[in-house]
Amino acid sequence: MTHPHLRPATEALAVEFGLSKDEWGLVLQKLGRTPNVTELGIFSVMWSEHCSYKSSRAHLAKFPTSGPRVIYGPGENAGAVDIGEGLACIFKMESHNHPSFIEPYQGAATGVGGILRDVFTMGARPVALMNALRFGDPEHPKTRRLVDGVVRGIGGYGNCVGVPTVGGETNFHRGYNGNILVNAMAVGIARADRIFTSAAKGAGNPVVYVGAKTGRDGIHGATMASAEFTEEAESQRPTVQVGDPFLEKLLIEACLELMESDAIVGIQDMGAAGLTSSSVEMASKGGAGIVLDIDAIPAREENMSPYEFMLSESQERMLMVLKPGREAEAEKIFTKWGLDAAVIGHTTDTGRLQLVWKGETVCDLPLGPLADEAPKYERPYRKPEPPAALEPTAVPPMPFPLALTKIMSCPDMASKRWIWEQYDRHVMGDTVQDSSSDAAIVRLHGSTRALAISCDVTPRYVQADPYEGGKQAVAENWRNLTAVGATPIAITDNLNFGNPQRPEIMGQIVAAIEGMAEACRTLDFPVVSGNVSLYNETNGQAIPPTPAVGGVGLLEDVQRRADLAGMKEGDVLILVGRTHGALGSSLYLRECFGREDGAPPPVDLALEKRTGDVVRGLIERGAVHTVHDLSDGGLACAAADMALASGVGVYLEPHAALPAHAWLFGEDQARYLIAVAPHEADEVYEAAERAGVDAEPVGVAGGCEIAYGDEAVDLADLRAANEGWLPAYMGGGV
Amino acid sequence: MKTAVIVFPGSNCDRDAADALARVTGARPHMVWHADTHLPDGVDLVVLPGGFSYGDYLRAGAMSARAPIMQAVRAHADRGGLVLGVCNGFQILTEAGLLPGALMRNAGMRFVCRPVRLAIANANTPFTRAYRDVRETTIPIAHADGRYYADDATLDQLEGDGQVVLRYLDNPNGSARDIAGIVNARGNVMGMMPHPERESDPTLGRLGGWPIFQSIAEAA
Repeated sequence: MTHPHLRPATEALAVEFGLSKDEWGLVLQKLGRTPNVTELGIFSVMWSEHCSYKSSRAHLAKFPTSGPRVIYGPGENAGAVDIGEGLACIFKMESHNHPSFIEPYQGAATGVGGILRDVFTMGARPVALMNALRFGDPEHPKTRRLVDGVVRGIGGYGNCVGVPTVGGETNFHRGYNGNILVNAMAVGIARADRIFTSAAKGAGNPVVYVGAKTGRDGIHGATMASAEFTEEAESQRPTVQVGDPFLEKLLIEACLELMESDAIVGIQDMGAAGLTSSSVEMASKGGAGIVLDIDAIPAREENMSPYEFMLSESQERMLMVLKPGREAEAEKIFTKWGLDAAVIGHTTDTGRLQLVWKGETVCDLPLGPLADEAPKYERPYRKPEPPAALEPTAVPPMPFPLALTKIMSCPDMASKRWIWEQYDRHVMGDTVQDSSSDAAIVRLHGSTRALAISCDVTPRYVQADPYEGGKQAVAENWRNLTAVGATPIAITDNLNFGNPQRPEIMGQIVAAIEGMAEACRTLDFPVVSGNVSLYNETNGQAIPPTPAVGGVGLLEDVQRRADLAGMKEGDVLILVGRTHGALGSSLYLRECFGREDGAPPPVDLALEKRTGDVVRGLIERGAVHTVHDLSDGGLACAAADMALASGVGVYLEPHAALPAHAWLFGEDQARYLIAVAPHEADEVYEAAERAGVDAEPVGVAGGCEIAYGDEAVDLADLRAANEGWLPAYMGGGV
Repeated sequence: MKTAVIVFPGSNCDRDAADALARVTGARPHMVWHADTHLPDGVDLVVLPGGFSYGDYLRAGAMSARAPIMQAVRAHADRGGLVLGVCNGFQILTEAGLLPGALMRNAGMRFVCRPVRLAIANANTPFTRAYRDVRETTIPIAHADGRYYADDATLDQLEGDGQVVLRYLDNPNGSARDIAGIVNARGNVMGMMPHPERESDPTLGRLGGWPIFQSIAEAA
């Protein structure tokens, strides 16, 4: 009797697997026959949004992706940039949103595992992890449990693997109540002349499988990640994979050891859509074909069908194509590390994916339609209409101490110490600055140079105006890297949006991408890798559009860096940049008055660049050491951050022209706050003047209060409010 | 001075420990694989590094304590050779019976990574002599299973004999009597939860753990 997974597929099954009726028609047309269930399963995951980028590809092409430092842009497992001295930095960010909502610990843990594999697959030793997390309203009944699980999952995986988690960002908003975002970023270092790609060139080369045995977990995970959620989401828990960071650590060491030789032709991790996606990508990129012997695949469970083997998303598995005759060399290394490995097939010149099971060919598909010729859509979209700007006079004032305390202790601004103290931030011995800085700084091992890394996006801005919000996400990332003294190099992105089949959501996607692309072009900040996560909706309610940006910069001398701590009694506070008092979509408006209206601050990219270049130049010359970028909460919150980090108070001068709340809490872009000794101030003013950038003294450091005119908040009280919120919240029972 | 670092599957501070040893001795340590049965000839000091050997499966350190190389480490200790276990290394030493007590899940039930202030309770050991002029130091911890436990009689004996070497000033994990590090009765085997190798690099400007390595170098 024919196995059910080898029987002819039907349109109804195609729809159940997430394809549209048109797409089913296309499968029949491309194939010229009816596929069996296994073949349909392979089509459906390869054509899922998650694997094919079918709704976003046309627009992703708008990103600038090249530059003098770019070695590999989008299209490989991760992006690679030249950082000099024969080294490449390889990095990427990826989402694990749906699994983390269903099973927060394993969802987040396997998100970290997956992104690490993308980086070491290319030959890089991972050196840093970051994450960008968005949770629902703290008062929502699920939020506390999700925070707890996600943080434990990230820590549980990263700590064990031994890669430091050096920073990230965490927001709370009711817009994520039914669909949290867990975006993880990994950064690795490789020799620039020894980067591995996935292309499986040549025929007759052995295909080697190494790592965890394949079980029935995660089948159709890529399809789940490409559909909206409903109330029944939790019934999908069996499709969430289980991670084993210990096994991942062994895989990292074994793969990097094998990569010391020239035995590997191509290598690819098995991530979303498992063996299907990895084998199809390797063979199609190499212009080859591939035959897999299903019976040779290491199995964790009995009686698994070809369909289950091909669609399983069991974690910690790698696929590689070796040069013929090098199998024994690889096996020796895998045995040393206690890893299961097997030759499971070979490459061909047929341009087809062929599966043999019990001596019979059970799947025979052309690679083209699965990969390059997958459907691509120009989905209709409605251009968003940005709100009008908000004049400062249209926003009510609030006493300074009250407003500052409210904002500094709100869920988005409150200290995330409770989170990052659960992450090992120092393993590998190169963490120079971690989570408490504008950007993390990780030294290149054995060198005096360092990488700066930051993750940023301001979803409320993108919600209000996707184009300006997209620009701002890139600009803020660039600014954070600049604020520690780094030269920004390139970004990865993680585009989290709702259902692209709704024109208003597609409009957000298009506008945000165009805004980001413009910022990337002006700031010489190419996109080298990324991930698109769509269908982040529950019961028709989309998340706030959240295009997270993960940027990497380079410090030529780690001693020439800046931090927001280190301000001393008597220092002058200099504001670099111009303040108009932009309060639209500001934290002040939201936290003090519950309002989320008004245009976000516009980003003048040319000014952003000019201003950042002045600040970076000052840091590089060793003229300033204490710098903070201005973002959420404006001048007052930046000054408060510096005061808390430095343990010294601040006095801010009243502004002559602007209303106090606009001056203090306006979120105008392209601004930095610098603290210097009085005799060093002139150098800052002169550098700014030469570049045509505003710089003015706005206050002095000293005392134990944050004061504005004759109003003040005690620093200790502010610290208690800022540090207290998250532990108190999480202490409220999980 | 000749040093060795044992590499277990899942060790992840092996390179960091090796770097600190190289900095203080001027020579790279021997990296010894857990499945080996012999230490290199003439080794003065063996370091069991931090990490998650065997994924902390079963119990942190339980499987590594039974690794082939541990016979040789035990023989080295019996000969009076120096052994330092850091974090997971400390867990392995207690599981192997080379140090008394056990390391249990933190009282807060969570992984904790933060710099902690430590009192130098005994500066008269081969591992702490370079702290003789200071009363306290700061070294980061990074662990989920660092709560030191032993019965009262053992704790009294450890304290009475000066085997408690480092104490937490703000106990982060519920350790009995604030114990962060101990030595064996002979004084040649030390286990500590804080990571001195992470505070031993002058270019990072944090040197709270450096005297541990200076002491070792002086001792040989």
